[in-house]
Amino acid sequence: MTDLTQYLDYALIGMLLAVAFAIVRLRNLFAVVMLMGVYSLLCAAWFVSLDAVDVAFTEAAVGAGISTVLLLAAMLLTAREAEPTKPPRHWAALAVVVAAGAALLYAVPDMPVYGDPQSAANAYVGRDYLEQTPNEIAVPNIVTAVLASYRGFDTLGETMVIFTAGLGVMLMLGFGNRKREPKGKQAAKPVKPVKPAKGEGAP
Amino acid sequence: MNPHLILRVVSKLLIPIIVLFGFYVQFHGDFGPGGGFQAGVIVAVGVILYALIFGMEEARRAVPPAVVRYGMAAGVLLFAGVGVATLLMNGVGEPVNFLDYDALHTDQGHHTGQHYGILLIELGVLFTVASVMLAIFYAFAGRIPDLPDEDW
Amino acid sequence: MLDILLERFNYIPIILLMMTGLYVVFATGNLVKRLVGLSLFQTSVFLLYITMAKVFGGQPPIIAEAHGEDHAVAAAGHGAAAAEAVLYSNPLPHVLILTAIVVGVATLAVGLALVVRIREAYGSIEDDALNTADYSRDTGAAG
Repeated sequence: MTDLTQYLDYALIGMLLAVAFAIVRLRNLFAVVMLMGVYSLLCAAWFVSLDAVDVAFTEAAVGAGISTVLLLAAMLLTAREAEPTKPPRHWAALAVVVAAGAALLYAVPDMPVYGDPQSAANAYVGRDYLEQTPNEIAVPNIVTAVLASYRGFDTLGETMVIFTAGLGVMLMLGFGNRKREPKGKQAAKPVKPVKPAKGEGAP
Repeated sequence: MNPHLILRVVSKLLIPIIVLFGFYVQFHGDFGPGGGFQAGVIVAVGVILYALIFGMEEARRAVPPAVVRYGMAAGVLLFAGVGVATLLMNGVGEPVNFLDYDALHTDQGHHTGQHYGILLIELGVLFTVASVMLAIFYAFAGRIPDLPDEDW
Repeated sequence: MLDILLERFNYIPIILLMMTGLYVVFATGNLVKRLVGLSLFQTSVFLLYITMAKVFGGQPPIIAEAHGEDHAVAAAGHGAAAAEAVLYSNPLPHVLILTAIVVGVATLAVGLALVVRIREAYGSIEDDALNTADYSRDTGAAG
């Protein structure tokens, strides 16, 4: 059975690479946004294969769902095509990216072995959470127990970050209940300086 | 014949099921994959589907932007409020910790306080995430594009 | 050397994906496509952490107790034995990446709101046109 799962992993990795290269080459923004949704869905499928079911759920809902809707909405408000890349910029970007990739590949032999239960990443705090959760929290889903109880303060911070992002978007784009004015009026309105009231003001 | 008839009929059947599934994911986050974030996104997506098919005016009547604004703040308040409540509910002489759920209930053997605490904060996360996703969608959808679709 | 790399073969395609996302950020001038590239980069970083958490022969980190049995049996002994006999994937990176995914979509939303406002103010979202518009205003040229 393990052999079949490995082939599924290889197929998913191949599809992810194909989608990523297609996103690089495409200039039609609608296609790029749709392929980003496909990429998120493939990542969610690979997360399930990697036994990370909570993460897969969140990635599928957030990445393939909300993120695609937001990108589509923004694309419909801005542009439909991207300009082609000029050659100097293309080669400069490629050089930087190859250098960074080479540095990362140089670091790969020091990383933990794939799938090792005794690796440094899996041995200390992770195993403690696995062993202590039935005694201290008595909740079967260990990821929820860690997220909500052991690391509850981080989750509070995350909720505040989401709130702040919603606040930021509302401040920039409005509350969504404005009347539809004819276009051009909003962009052309100049900012008037504030005049002091006649007859009043500082003596 | 309305060209969107099939979409309207099917979505009227599906949207309650989507919201129900969102609540299922929320309350079963303790026992299986799920929790507040996933559930919030699912509920928001249900309302976004309604907005896409029936129009923004109908969606704004169903879930007004004021409800969304208050929901954003209410979720964070609930989460932080649970933390403050645990600060206040600790007994005299015990260490006082923010978000220490064991203080919420006296039954320490079965850790009922932990269950209550996790339930309440996941509820707070549900309110905030659903409201924020919906607020962002309303903000983007309420913006008028510079060029109408035919001029691109 | 080759067997060391083969033991860690999961990192190599992930590094390729990360560098592809980074290339899109650098090479494209279109702001929306740049945000898509950033999102690509972010999702590949999530893959990196989750592959580090995988344990061969392991299960998702949800303790599968028999329902109703945990109240009768002593919780401590039952819990410790269950956690040691079965291998689970490491839950800690899952928690971190869960937070990161939601924060990522939040920053994507703010970035897209900025792009929409830039489009309304400048009329374009290509950074060459934006730079020209800004510099001509600074140098006082007609623009």
